[in-house]
Amino acid sequence: MSTEDTTTVGSFQLPSIVPRLLSNRKILVGLTVLLPIIVITALGESITPYDPLQTHVADKYAAPGGQYLLGTDNLGRDILSRLITGGQSSLLLGFGATAVSMSAGVPIGLSAGYLKGRVDEVLMRLMDIMMSVPVLLLGILILVALSSNIVNVILAIGIVYVPRIARVTRSATLAVSEEPYVMAAKARGESTSHILFKEIMPNVMAPIVVEGSIRVGYAIMIGTSLSFLGLGAGPPHADWGYMIATARLHIYQTPWFLLWPSLALLVTIMAINILGDGLRDVLDPRAMEGEL
Amino acid sequence: MSAQETQIRSDQDETLLSVDNLSVEFAVSDGRIQALRDVSLSIESGETLGIAGESGSGKSTLAYAIVRYLDNNAHVPEGSIEFKGRDLLEMLPAELRSVRGKQIAHVAQNASRALNPSMRIGKQIRETIELHQDVSGEEAQNRVHEVLDQVNIPDPLEVAKRYPNELSGGQQQRALIATGLACDPDLLILDEPTTGLDVTTQAKLLDLIEELKGESDAGILLITHNLSAIAQIADRVNILYAGEMMEKGPVDEVFTEPANPYTQALLATTPEIDSQKDLRAIPGQIPELGSIPDGCIFADRCAFVTEECRSGQIDMESPTPGHQTRCQRWETAVEDPIKSGTKTARTSSPGDVILEADDVHKHYDEGGFVQNLVRDHKPVQAVQGVNLQIREGETVGLVGESGCGKSTLGRTFLRLHDPTSGSIKYRGTDIASLSKSEMKEFRSECQIIFQDPDASLNPRKTVKRIIARPMEMFTDLDEDERNARVDELLDQVNLSGDLKTKFPHALSGGQQQRVAIARAFAANPSLVVLDEPVSSLDVSVQASILNLLDDLRDEYNTSYLLISHDMGVIENICDRLAVMYLGNVIEEGPLTEVFTPPYHPYTRSLLSSIPSLDPHEDDTRIRLEGDVPSARDPPSGCSFHTRCPQKIGDVCETDEPKLETVEQTSNGQQTHCIACHLDDPEMSKPLDEPAENL
Amino acid sequence: MNYLYLGKRLVIAFLSLLVVSSVVFAMTMALPGSAAEIILGTQQTEQSVQQVREEMGLDRPLSERYVDFVIGVFTLDFGDSLISDQPVTEMLIPRLIRTLQLAVVAMLLSIVLAIPMGVIAAAKRDTLSDTAITNVSYVGVSLPSFVSASLLLLFFTTGPLGIFPSGGYEPLSEGFIPWVRHLALPAIALNFVVFAYVLRQTRSSMIETLESDYIRTARLKGLAERSVLARHALRNGLLPTVTVLAINFGWMMGSVVIVEEIFSYPGMGRLIVQAIAERDLPVIQAGILVPTAAFVFANLLADVVYTVLDPRIELGEK
Repeated sequence: MSTEDTTTVGSFQLPSIVPRLLSNRKILVGLTVLLPIIVITALGESITPYDPLQTHVADKYAAPGGQYLLGTDNLGRDILSRLITGGQSSLLLGFGATAVSMSAGVPIGLSAGYLKGRVDEVLMRLMDIMMSVPVLLLGILILVALSSNIVNVILAIGIVYVPRIARVTRSATLAVSEEPYVMAAKARGESTSHILFKEIMPNVMAPIVVEGSIRVGYAIMIGTSLSFLGLGAGPPHADWGYMIATARLHIYQTPWFLLWPSLALLVTIMAINILGDGLRDVLDPRAMEGEL
Repeated sequence: MSAQETQIRSDQDETLLSVDNLSVEFAVSDGRIQALRDVSLSIESGETLGIAGESGSGKSTLAYAIVRYLDNNAHVPEGSIEFKGRDLLEMLPAELRSVRGKQIAHVAQNASRALNPSMRIGKQIRETIELHQDVSGEEAQNRVHEVLDQVNIPDPLEVAKRYPNELSGGQQQRALIATGLACDPDLLILDEPTTGLDVTTQAKLLDLIEELKGESDAGILLITHNLSAIAQIADRVNILYAGEMMEKGPVDEVFTEPANPYTQALLATTPEIDSQKDLRAIPGQIPELGSIPDGCIFADRCAFVTEECRSGQIDMESPTPGHQTRCQRWETAVEDPIKSGTKTARTSSPGDVILEADDVHKHYDEGGFVQNLVRDHKPVQAVQGVNLQIREGETVGLVGESGCGKSTLGRTFLRLHDPTSGSIKYRGTDIASLSKSEMKEFRSECQIIFQDPDASLNPRKTVKRIIARPMEMFTDLDEDERNARVDELLDQVNLSGDLKTKFPHALSGGQQQRVAIARAFAANPSLVVLDEPVSSLDVSVQASILNLLDDLRDEYNTSYLLISHDMGVIENICDRLAVMYLGNVIEEGPLTEVFTPPYHPYTRSLLSSIPSLDPHEDDTRIRLEGDVPSARDPPSGCSFHTRCPQKIGDVCETDEPKLETVEQTSNGQQTHCIACHLDDPEMSKPLDEPAENL
Repeated sequence: MNYLYLGKRLVIAFLSLLVVSSVVFAMTMALPGSAAEIILGTQQTEQSVQQVREEMGLDRPLSERYVDFVIGVFTLDFGDSLISDQPVTEMLIPRLIRTLQLAVVAMLLSIVLAIPMGVIAAAKRDTLSDTAITNVSYVGVSLPSFVSASLLLLFFTTGPLGIFPSGGYEPLSEGFIPWVRHLALPAIALNFVVFAYVLRQTRSSMIETLESDYIRTARLKGLAERSVLARHALRNGLLPTVTVLAINFGWMMGSVVIVEEIFSYPGMGRLIVQAIAERDLPVIQAGILVPTAAFVFANLLADVVYTVLDPRIELGEK
């Protein structure tokens, strides 16, 4: 049809990309919700109304409103303060684990997609095998073997999602590596690393960024689930998952104790997903849904 | 209108479809695109109207407007589309559905995507029949076989049971046309029916359309960028440019005495076989349709333009009854038409051999270890023992249909992949044994230009970085010198220096290809492989690129290996030619010798498949039976024997013919070789010898 | 049907299980605290630890134990529980059956709800119903199952809406109603993410299908939109969903751990949680390997179904 847009989608150039991103409603909504959450949790203890660890024995099970904005828990600790500091580890976990997956998954995907043949076969079979263990179980397995501290949790979740990043990168690379401009670089005698990182990588960033952004949400989900099971970072890094686990034991006395961290978790993950969706619409409109 | 009036009207007027003053606009983020403006056309029953236009002319939009299938952002501000006296634009959805498929059949381009991949061919055709006609069961099934037979599909009963991916490209296109014919429509719209097909397949498809014309009294609307297809088939032609009708009239008149500068320019720029035509490029490019300038839409590119062309409304004028042109200066244009020049034969004196293929084989998809262990896995034998030399200063053409291995060979020459066996020699040394510094020299000496200009430039790099990169790698130039050289190169490929900071997507296809050419010449190569360099460009742009390549060749004394499926392009630029079929070179020699007898039977059919721009040309073309066999399982003996119209017997099936010299030039250097068991007189029959005498 | 291809897939599935079981073996070996110490708990002396190690064969070379373990995995013999002394397989089977009931019900719920909603959203793209469905799906994919399960527990087991028991299991033999009442909440909780995910996947693949050239061909044949959808779009558009369902089965096999724990549902997941708390190695090993095997075969099944449905795929030629 004659309305074809000649600009290449799927690749982007700064700075023209910024207004294009900001004109997307989903990205705007996602950022508007997410940025304050990040800022507040980053400020952490410097803005919490109470010390999140301090117990107020007289004020156990205090209802929301009043002195404690969101109420107190079974030990009389201020829930709002705990929510803010708990968010730190949840978010750190999400972004940290995604960074781990990307730093392993992107090079794996690039090499498999460009070098093809044996390398591709071996790497991708390995990824398939990793993916054959259900995500949460793989996380459990890794954390049963390693001790549960925040670094190991980040590592574990990062490893769990390496295959997904690698697969997305590989399929984007596979498409790009047959492009004439890569052929042209080969015909010029460019080195493999130049071709991988200078010619191919900038052109496969769009799907990787999209996948990565969605991964952050899933990583938070898995991370809080593990900590719900008692395999998380644990106290004093009481993240939202741990809070929900504790709250569940007191669910009938203090329902708000359960509601607040649930709400925080829902809103955060949702904002990330909406943002990721918006990024996909703008950067990589032909892509399908990511994998769980 | 009363029933009586309608009766009278349809008696007086045989017009099947009449589009009047149609405009179509698309709303886009930054305004609107006026894709069609004031377009009128009419078709009578039994008539074939060709709509010719380049990309961006709005020809497909026109086809979709007629079946009222425009995108949601489309808007029709004015005009009417009357079909058998009823305005299609006023119809209710249910009414429209009863017209679509039954009275108006739209056959889309790109049949492989237009057929449902998970439904058997027969069912897809049957669906239309059962929807619009009161038939079912065996009767419907018979009708399916009937239409498949009508489009000359061999063994319709079998094909009806197949899925689209089990058919060849040509057969898919036929099956799609069969779907259109299923209900005996009054109007058949064929949108680019031959695009993407090989010449030999294309020729057979055009025959089919001609046959259909004779069989039914349906009106046919043939939409294509291929002027020769229209010359062969259509009764009348409408020339569309940038959303406006430029010229309308009988094919004979428009093709022999075009009364519009655009038509004239288009004809002068279309490569033709065997006419020594020096292509005249059309300057500039098709305008953006966001804001339409006052006056004539073609003014910026027109050779006859005057000031008055640039203002006011340009109306249709009639040189003769039935012939209209949208040009105020048509009389001047007719008096002194744009004509292509006559090419002066190039005299090349080839020097030393730069690159040589020595018994090169290249196999693909050789299967994994397990596959080969479990069963006999057959690799794709893309190239099967080719010997070819490219000398300094000469242009060698490599021609053949898709899948013949020509691109694979071209890439093997540059060692973009290694040959399975045999060797490529660069100035006498096997490139597999080159040292690192020799390899670098080889890389700087040999460059490549690809078919798709949009994809051959890294979208994330500016024009300047793209062109300067080979200099960084192969020369000692400092940054200022490189800058100066980039400017010089841009100038040589006729691009403005302003483009330096642009990214590829901001350029048109022609401009992108010029940048790719500038990059190839940046390090003064001695050989450039041109892999279908113009086939994704519009004809009006093609000529300018070919002329540019021609100029650069003289300036840099570069050798070319030109890979193309288009004999017209080959003829325009090559000195020597190798014809490939299923991985083998079956004929090789100086251009003029290959284009004149003796012919290899395959070369003969290739040459005779090319439709001519001359509507009067006698049709004595040779048609090849069947499709190209699979390269996984090539036929024994001569690989062409399964389709050869001149097959002589068992020897063709058992013995593989060797390339043998049939003629030799005086200096003994250039020879004409053919690989065929036929004797010389058989191969020497002239091209227009009727097929049955071969 | 191409048996060579199927054979190849089977071999790969088998290899995956082999590799996974090796990894599970290696990682559980790395656990802090030896099995013998775990069994003896607080009453351990050096001598008793040594005795238990001998009884369990833990003093044998690692390689021998590895071979035994792998053979055990493929003969469904995971040894005895360190805590209850029961054979692990015996403990596992009834729990596996309960978990599969849960997973199958949850899966059916997804199929019955998510696919039609995804199709509707795609067919009515950018209308109010699409927006509503899409927004619901955002909530779904963003709600971890321990949150949705806890919330369901909060709202539907007490108070005015407290019509479900807060946990436990009743076999189907005790009657359909009790069975459903116990299964409903965990199945819904398990279904939440999967439902939303299948919905989104269905929507986007249907949208892609509806934009394809052959759908245009079908419309231009004069077919009504309903027939276009039913005859041309559904089959092609729902193909990717087959694979997605298999992937989601894996997700469920992980999520049961949490959902069963929250609803005190006596299935596999609960067993794993308990085993982790008690460091009951053989149970942890089996608890990871059995769901993995189930997932591997779900994928295999999806592959077969896919190839039966899609004539484009030339088996073995890929």
